[in-house]
Amino acid sequence: MSIIILIIQLALVPAMAPLFIGLVRKIKAKFQNRTGAGIFQPYRDLRKLFNKDEVISEDASWIFKFAPYLIFSVTLALGASVPLLATTFIAGFTGDLLTVIYLIALGTFFLALAGLDVGSAFGGFGSSREMTVAALTEGGLMFSLLALAFLAHSTNLFVIASQISALSFFSLAPVILAFAAFIIAMLAETGRFPFDNPATHLELTMIHEAMILEYSGKRLALIEWAAANKFLVFLVLGVNLFFPWGAAPAVSLIGIGVALLLFFMKALILCLFIATLESVMAKYRYLRLPDLLFTSFILSIIAISLII
Amino acid sequence: MGSLIFRKNDVLANWWGNCSAILGSVFGLLASSGVLIFGSTFSLKLASSLPLLSISFKVDKLSAYFIFIISLIALVASVYALGYVKHYYKKYSLGALGFFYNLFLAGMVMVVSADQALFFLLVWEIMSLASYFLVIFENKKADNLNAGSLYFIMTHLGTAFITLPFLLLYHYTGSLDFSLIKEQIGAVSPLIKNIIFIMALIGFGTKAGIIPFHIWLPVAHPAAPSHVSALMSGVMIKTGIYMLIRLLIDIMPGAPLWWGAIILIIGAISSLLGVLHALTEHDIKRLLAYHSIENIGIILLGLGSALVFWSLGMKPLAILGLTAALFHTLNHAIFKALLFLGAGSVIAETHTRNMEEYGGLIKLMPQTAFFFLIGSMAISALPPFNGFFSEWLTFQSLFSGIMSSTVSVRWVFVLAAGALAFTGGLAAMCFVKAFGATFLARPRSQEAEQAKEAAPALRLGMAILAALTLIVGLSAGVVTKVVAGVVNNLSAFGSAAPAFYANALTVGLNNNFASVSLPLIFIGLVLVFIAVYLAVAFVSGKRKIKIGATWDCGTALNSRMEITATGFARAIVAIFRGVLKPTKQVGVEYRDGTTRYFPKASSVELGVQDIYHTYFYEPAHLLIVKISEKVKKTQGGNINVYILYILVVLFVLLLTVAI
Repeated sequence: MSIIILIIQLALVPAMAPLFIGLVRKIKAKFQNRTGAGIFQPYRDLRKLFNKDEVISEDASWIFKFAPYLIFSVTLALGASVPLLATTFIAGFTGDLLTVIYLIALGTFFLALAGLDVGSAFGGFGSSREMTVAALTEGGLMFSLLALAFLAHSTNLFVIASQISALSFFSLAPVILAFAAFIIAMLAETGRFPFDNPATHLELTMIHEAMILEYSGKRLALIEWAAANKFLVFLVLGVNLFFPWGAAPAVSLIGIGVALLLFFMKALILCLFIATLESVMAKYRYLRLPDLLFTSFILSIIAISLII
Repeated sequence: MGSLIFRKNDVLANWWGNCSAILGSVFGLLASSGVLIFGSTFSLKLASSLPLLSISFKVDKLSAYFIFIISLIALVASVYALGYVKHYYKKYSLGALGFFYNLFLAGMVMVVSADQALFFLLVWEIMSLASYFLVIFENKKADNLNAGSLYFIMTHLGTAFITLPFLLLYHYTGSLDFSLIKEQIGAVSPLIKNIIFIMALIGFGTKAGIIPFHIWLPVAHPAAPSHVSALMSGVMIKTGIYMLIRLLIDIMPGAPLWWGAIILIIGAISSLLGVLHALTEHDIKRLLAYHSIENIGIILLGLGSALVFWSLGMKPLAILGLTAALFHTLNHAIFKALLFLGAGSVIAETHTRNMEEYGGLIKLMPQTAFFFLIGSMAISALPPFNGFFSEWLTFQSLFSGIMSSTVSVRWVFVLAAGALAFTGGLAAMCFVKAFGATFLARPRSQEAEQAKEAAPALRLGMAILAALTLIVGLSAGVVTKVVAGVVNNLSAFGSAAPAFYANALTVGLNNNFASVSLPLIFIGLVLVFIAVYLAVAFVSGKRKIKIGATWDCGTALNSRMEITATGFARAIVAIFRGVLKPTKQVGVEYRDGTTRYFPKASSVELGVQDIYHTYFYEPAHLLIVKISEKVKKTQGGNINVYILYILVVLFVLLLTVAI
């Protein structure tokens, strides 16, 4: 049964991911008193990019050509290994916390290499910044999830989701702390304010966009799509691990339907939060970002100390 | 060893030296596999005419495991050396290289199989001295000679600290035989054991390269020829780890809690600082050497948690910790040797170790680049390579420490796990930098533009190791079983069951805390990748691909506009300026010396301060000088005073005897 869930998720995550990007953009547009593009605009963008010719730099090696496929595949594998629909235990597959974190690192690793590959000044600095932020995020991300793992006595994300939902209301203090830490790590990993501005191509500040500046056509589509997938994966982690009520404990059609509906509502709230954050605060200065990341790490340490 | 005879003829010396090394390591591989599989202990004792010294070997599973690692890396390094040392022809004496190389290999094998303290010290010295001569092999460069001297001094400081514990053990147990010491260990009081622990930690830690005794390592390893660096970094420093395991777990079981805690703290510090220093480097071999310090730290995290669990009577978890440490020892040997060989191939083509002068080599040396990439991914602990798995195991043993409520030093485990988490991220960053600066973008120097693919022997050596990183990663379950067998073979553990299960597909903890299956991850990734590739080809296969120039903002883009290795890591250096102490020196040359309006040329020198020299060795040096000054006053040159000293000593001696 769990293999079916796996395959559904494998397809569902990339199918839904652009929608959430569109949602966040729409909410931000409302804040800025604009009408904004429709929430399905990211799908249209992808279709357009897939149907365009591609320009590749003469300095690019196979790393540049290969990286988008790998990054996209990694996000698909990630999408299949987070508890989106049900909390059924998928033994032995990638549902392990450390595996998920290191798979994320695998994607980042190749993205940064691709940024260096073409030899433009932008790509290099983008990679440098991305790796600096990613390296410092890893502690906060791992420990915030770890706090939950200690509560659930398992690092399997599916078990965590089912265990946290069984907790009483009063034992939630560490979960809230860990959630705060997780949000910071999530903003850093998905390139959102105050770490990175997903809507800018300003040389001084861009991180993610600087790395992918040389991409075009289908490879750009893959990378954009992968970024959307990663955002969705983090939404799933944030919503279904920290607030897992409603995810189907067993596999049934109605259960999955309800779970999906609930997930949408919870994820919408989280998107609203992120969009609000992006609208009301400015990007941090690059060298101040570590303070925020260490805060995330310390918050998770406090959460863990409350648990053990 | 006959290569000295052939020293006049370079080609012959090369073949003789390396082929005998290959033969020796094949034999070592076979013999150690035999012991590992059949579990029989092999021992050999030869009496010698000297009192106290007897040449005795004992190969149990632990020794066999290390012999296996040594032989494996030696085999590959020797194959590599067949091609690599060609660029020394007519420049340096290859006969000497072959002789010391073989002596070095033999020394290492004897170190991990010696069963008698004095004999051990003897072969330990053989190993150290042979490697000293290998470090100063390229003796026409003054830097290498300095590196050799520092190595020589540090390694003997270490040996001094190693000798003391053995003397103490001899004093209290009356024997220098490891097996006899082990039987008599009850006679040693806890205080003496503590002293022995501290001495051994400093002594063997110096060899292993723990911070702050590591200063020789980033200097000496780069100086040696690359295949020797691979052996020193991949294998030789592990002999320190081997002896720590042998001494603390096998010979002196029953470690108090704080031993393990100390080792955990040292491991955490070494791993974090090691990788931070690696990030500041732009010398490719020094960068790799600093990563050895980091990985020794990770191994110590496993060993430290094993000791803590052991002292609390949690043997199953102790087995987990030690298995993690030993597994990482194997993995680090494989990928670090691979990286050093890759670096060697690049150096052989470009004749420099400075990464700022590389660039774009992936197009000129595609295979070397591919192997180096695999090594980089393995050392960055990215799945599905072997580095990921042993780091996963180490994490699990640390998590178990955090979770068990009976562990009073839980905070140390939290600290250690935090250090390991940051280490993983920083290591990935460091290897993006190393790989990117070396192989990607455009060449930044003439030499890099003219580089050619490495010779076949070099590529063969790297290919074997690259394949091994994947194979060991994918068969992690099987290897874990073997390593756990090695741990269980130690008398301290007996037949205690480990806290984890391992089969060909999955490795997990018995309490269902975590499980991982690298083969499934690998197959899953490959399948998804193929599906994605086909789908994209189906959707936009008809679209054309144009080759154009990188966007250059309207200027002519040249290789000086690429990011450099130093620039890549400058942000992280700024963030950790508290420990790294970055320095910046700006020099401006003026056309008009007096008024200083028209600058002609300006230079910026970025670096990091050596905090160990400033805050540890310098004060220690000053202290010793000060004490010597005080002692000097007693040496007045006046005969009467000396006679007074003798009288006082005599008096004190008589008094002590009387009491």
